[in-house]
Amino acid sequence: MSADSLTRVAPDATSRVVLEARNVVKTYGHVTALDGVDFELRAGEILAVVGDNGAGKSTLIKALTGAVHPTSGEILLDGAPVHFKGPLDARHAGIETVYQDLAMAPALDIASNLFLGRELRCQGVLGSVFRRLDKKRMREEARRAMSELKFRLPSIGNAVEALSGGQRQGVAVARAALFARKLVIMDEPTAALGVRETGQVLELIRSIRERGLPVVLISHNMPNVFEIADRIHVMRLGRRAAVVTPQSHSMNDVVAIMTGAAAA
Amino acid sequence: MSTATIASQQDTPSLKARILGTPSVGPLLVLVGFCVIFALTNPRFLATQNISIILQQTVIIGTLAIGQTLVILTAGIDLAVGAICVLGTIVAGKLVNLGYDPVLSMGIAVLLCTGAGLAAGSLIAGLRLPPFIVTLGILGILTAALRLISEGGAFPVRDPFLAWTGNTMKVGGFVLTYGILIMLALYGFVWYLLNQTKWGRHVYAIGNNPEAARLVGIPVRRHLLSVYLLAGFIYGVAAWLALGRIPNADPNAMQTANLDSITAVVIGGTSLFGGRGGLIGTLIGALIVGVLRNGLTLAGIDPLWQDLVTGILVIIAVALDQMSRRRS
Ligand SMILES: Nc1ncnc2c1ncn2[C@@H]1O[C@H](COP(=O)(O)OP(=O)(O)OP(=O)(O)O)[C@@H](O)[C@H]1O
Ligand SMILES: [Mg+2]
Repeated sequence: MSADSLTRVAPDATSRVVLEARNVVKTYGHVTALDGVDFELRAGEILAVVGDNGAGKSTLIKALTGAVHPTSGEILLDGAPVHFKGPLDARHAGIETVYQDLAMAPALDIASNLFLGRELRCQGVLGSVFRRLDKKRMREEARRAMSELKFRLPSIGNAVEALSGGQRQGVAVARAALFARKLVIMDEPTAALGVRETGQVLELIRSIRERGLPVVLISHNMPNVFEIADRIHVMRLGRRAAVVTPQSHSMNDVVAIMTGAAAA
Repeated sequence: MSTATIASQQDTPSLKARILGTPSVGPLLVLVGFCVIFALTNPRFLATQNISIILQQTVIIGTLAIGQTLVILTAGIDLAVGAICVLGTIVAGKLVNLGYDPVLSMGIAVLLCTGAGLAAGSLIAGLRLPPFIVTLGILGILTAALRLISEGGAFPVRDPFLAWTGNTMKVGGFVLTYGILIMLALYGFVWYLLNQTKWGRHVYAIGNNPEAARLVGIPVRRHLLSVYLLAGFIYGVAAWLALGRIPNADPNAMQTANLDSITAVVIGGTSLFGGRGGLIGTLIGALIVGVLRNGLTLAGIDPLWQDLVTGILVIIAVALDQMSRRRS
């Protein structure tokens, strides 16, 4: 662990709640994916969401980002109720999501992928009349974002398909960090990565927190979760079974709560 | 200051890497190679007059291939290219022959072609039908309809405005038709769209990974619609260029235009799987086909050899694309 995690003010129960879900239910036919789940993300924290397969983690995240519409319940951003019609609404509200399949165009270069869907146009008539892209400014901004996140990449002009899995993941995370104004959500960002690359991505997640953005991290990898999370939201059968911290509970405790072998 | 220079050196690939990384370099070498062979075997090949002829013969397929490139970049394919273009020639010719204003007639024809593109786009984007099937259907419908309208036969179209694109001007010893200039202008315009605007970026993104395009907020269906619409418009302009070359509207014309335009696109290095390639390659691809035909004819070789050589080139191009995709 680096020195900055010591100087950083640790988020605690008094930190402001950024994103909240109250009693959210989501049913598919007679399958209940979310059974009245509560959720709370506080300012400046990394919140891990863990749970067994089918516990409702992905559905919860989708409900939070507008990718699915809850059957009932409330979602609040900065204390105000929100009703996202789709992922784009959530993005406009400042919530960035790193999808498990990364959502990249492999043949396009890194800068193009960072700005995909949010390209910058030139100033003046070149931009307003001729609609010309400002490729130079996008490359510069991309370079700046990557160095701010201390993530080393070969060249911003490289196609994404030429990158390793970890580097690709880095680009996806950087894109979220670059545009997020409120928070970043990541679904299994280290699932397919080796040890070293996992380390790089965890480092990136920390630098996002250092920039003051809270992060929601879905992961099956307990050691990762315990290494990086400030708090751990444990899902079980579509509900929040417990919220614990790496200090208060051991990995075995968390697994026991996940599987129902122990109460929180 | 010095760090900035280092950074920019590192981030902008070297000239050599950029040239080798440009997808149209391979096709360009092939084009130059054929030109050298034909020039060495026949001095008439490089005569300005012959070069003008090659360009004129390339105009129609070259223009149609612009629309075909756009469609293929989105991972689609357009089999109605020739039929939509013939729709343009027949409608413009019929209207003019009925006594309507030629500019209005051509305008309506181009509009109808654009509408045909829009119809294809609506079925593909709206109903999510495969482009291959939709454009095959449109090909069948248009071919039958146009034969009915024109009672099966070709008819002459004599109008100075419709023939204008065949008029020539001299540029430094080269005799160029206005049609060639219009084709080049279209290449420039669409190149700009593809390479310098958000619209073009999104064409590549959709061809590359439509799901990613959707997730980053690109209106994929509306974008596809605009691609087919623009392609239809380009086929309409090609109809005008066709009337400038041959003042005749023939419902049975352009039967090989579909495959020829796809050939130009593929030889030009654009991937049939979408998202890779570009317009410069297509222009080179169209010129390769034109140069081959012309060079072999000059050499007195049976035109069947042309089909054989283009066939081989297409297979090589697709194999190279497949190999580079597998590597990455
Ligand atoms: N579109 C859907 N239609 C029907 N049932 C669904 C749908 N999506 C999720 N479910 C069901 O809802 C429950 C929760 O699924 P969810 O994907 O949220 O679990 P998860 O915690 O993300 O699991 P995993 O760890 O396997 O990713 C499961 O029983 C699943 O089968
Ligand atoms: Mg899941």
